[in-house]
Amino acid sequence: MPTLTPLETEALRLSLRVALWSVATSLPVGLLVAWLLARRDFIGKTLLNGLVHLPLVLPPVVVGYLLLVLFGREGPLGRLLFSLFGISLPFTWQGAALAAAVMAFPLMVRAMRLSLETVDRRLEAAARTLGARPVAVFATITLPLMAPGIVVGAVLAFARSLGEFGATITFAANIPGETRTLPIALYTLIQSPGGESAALRLTIISVVVSLAALAASEVLARRLRTRIEG
Amino acid sequence: MLEIAVEKHLGDFTIDANIACETTGIVALFGRSGAGKTSLINMLAGLLRPDSGRIAVNGTTLFDSSAGIDLLPERRRLGYVFQEGRLFPHMTVRANLHYGLRRVPPSERAIGPDQVVALLGLDGCLGRRPHHLSGGEKQRVALGRALLANPRLLLMDEPLASLDQPRKDEVLPFIERLRDELAIPIVYVSHSMPEIVRLADTMVLVSDGRVEAVGAVDDLTSRLDLRPLTGRYEAGAVIQARVAGHDRDFGLTELAFAGGRLRVPHVSLPVGTHLRLRIRARDVALALEVPRRSSILNAIPAVVRDIGTEEGPQVDLRLEAGGAAFWARITRRSLIDLGLQPGTAVTALIKAVAIDRYSLGRGAGPGRFLGDGA
Repeated sequence: MPTLTPLETEALRLSLRVALWSVATSLPVGLLVAWLLARRDFIGKTLLNGLVHLPLVLPPVVVGYLLLVLFGREGPLGRLLFSLFGISLPFTWQGAALAAAVMAFPLMVRAMRLSLETVDRRLEAAARTLGARPVAVFATITLPLMAPGIVVGAVLAFARSLGEFGATITFAANIPGETRTLPIALYTLIQSPGGESAALRLTIISVVVSLAALAASEVLARRLRTRIEG
Repeated sequence: MLEIAVEKHLGDFTIDANIACETTGIVALFGRSGAGKTSLINMLAGLLRPDSGRIAVNGTTLFDSSAGIDLLPERRRLGYVFQEGRLFPHMTVRANLHYGLRRVPPSERAIGPDQVVALLGLDGCLGRRPHHLSGGEKQRVALGRALLANPRLLLMDEPLASLDQPRKDEVLPFIERLRDELAIPIVYVSHSMPEIVRLADTMVLVSDGRVEAVGAVDDLTSRLDLRPLTGRYEAGAVIQARVAGHDRDFGLTELAFAGGRLRVPHVSLPVGTHLRLRIRARDVALALEVPRRSSILNAIPAVVRDIGTEEGPQVDLRLEAGGAAFWARITRRSLIDLGLQPGTAVTALIKAVAIDRYSLGRGAGPGRFLGDGA
């Protein structure tokens, strides 16, 4: 088995950490937004839908720059976070996770919303007549039935986060050990003379990790689907 | 006591319904597809909100627009058996059955899983998932699931409509057992008259969003003015009778009803059992004199009460024999030839009798369900 160089190990671990945090923190928010978009009618729904999908159509650099404007030291949200918790996101791995989460958010919400829309609401009505309150209905009927969609959404977001480059490098920069994820490390190697073979190795690592995530999600989603369909 | 007085606009369609009847046995909501039956019980269950009005079951108000009462579906304690079963696909049969039960406080559980599993014959499929069940099994599980929520009233929306005839015949006896052995009040929606005659005691005729009549099944099926709603299909009357004796030599059973005695092929029920018969109009012929040598065993003296005004070669006559009403379908030509008029005394020759219910008067035990008599 070929061993990884310290630089590769560092980039891989950082990438996994950033992607996992990105998915973990955006999952509940994504679920809430998917539910709002699929089940509720409210003023500003079109606006929310547009905002959620914005990262899909904007150049990633623009998203990264907007994050910098919002979360930078002088930005409104950045100042708030710093004064309340002493947290500063730009140029940190948490900032990289935020950038990745924002970029992956539309994919996650779309998958979850689609699966929520296929949940048979008549089953939820049946559960109500059996004495279950709306929250219990959501936990025991809606959530299990949309579980395959949640898995698909999470894996898509994970893969997107692993590959995130433009917004991350703009918002979190290229700091070894802090924000130099696999794609950014790859970019750095390509920029430096004689880095081709090392770049090829990183490419292979990226492909293997992404394929593994896809395979894992396939297995998991199939198992959940069998649980639902018997 | 079931009291419904509601108004609801659904697009162009308006429901304006008034029902007040006892909830003993099965109350059937009968009407054509699109008459508003399902909307009515959805309003009862709390799944559809009336624009205005009041709904109460056994003294408990579920909805009252003027008092601002609108109980949530989960607080109404009405079991609902849907046409399509609506079993939870991600749960086993056992988990489906327990879904409502575990939300009932232990002190209010009048009926438990063992009883329901035995009653509905669900032993063999507890560990299976809904996808692996036959249509009939699915509806039995749906029945059990609703029952185990220990409801004050059971609502059934065409529970047999999506089943083929053999599956219907499989599930029907179980519904009869619920009615007879558990004495749970049931509101049963159907557009099938044979089902209603077999199951129900009280019938609510729904047409175009309105309630046209509420009454005993026997009364409503014998009313000429309701024929456009009850339909000519299988036209016939429902008659209460009891087993009067058995003729073992010929394998016959004698049934007594208000108008006399009927002999039918052997029915294995003890003497004295009350049952419900249906005599179809097309199985009744009329004679002005008692035929002396005839193969027809049942010749009942009767009087013509009403003559139908249907177009066509055939005409339905309402007859009365000792207070029991039934129908005869004869040709218009015979009507003229015999000179039949309201008041003419005739002999009704009855070729066949269908027995719809073996169980009249059984099982009406004291209320074991929430809300009964409370």
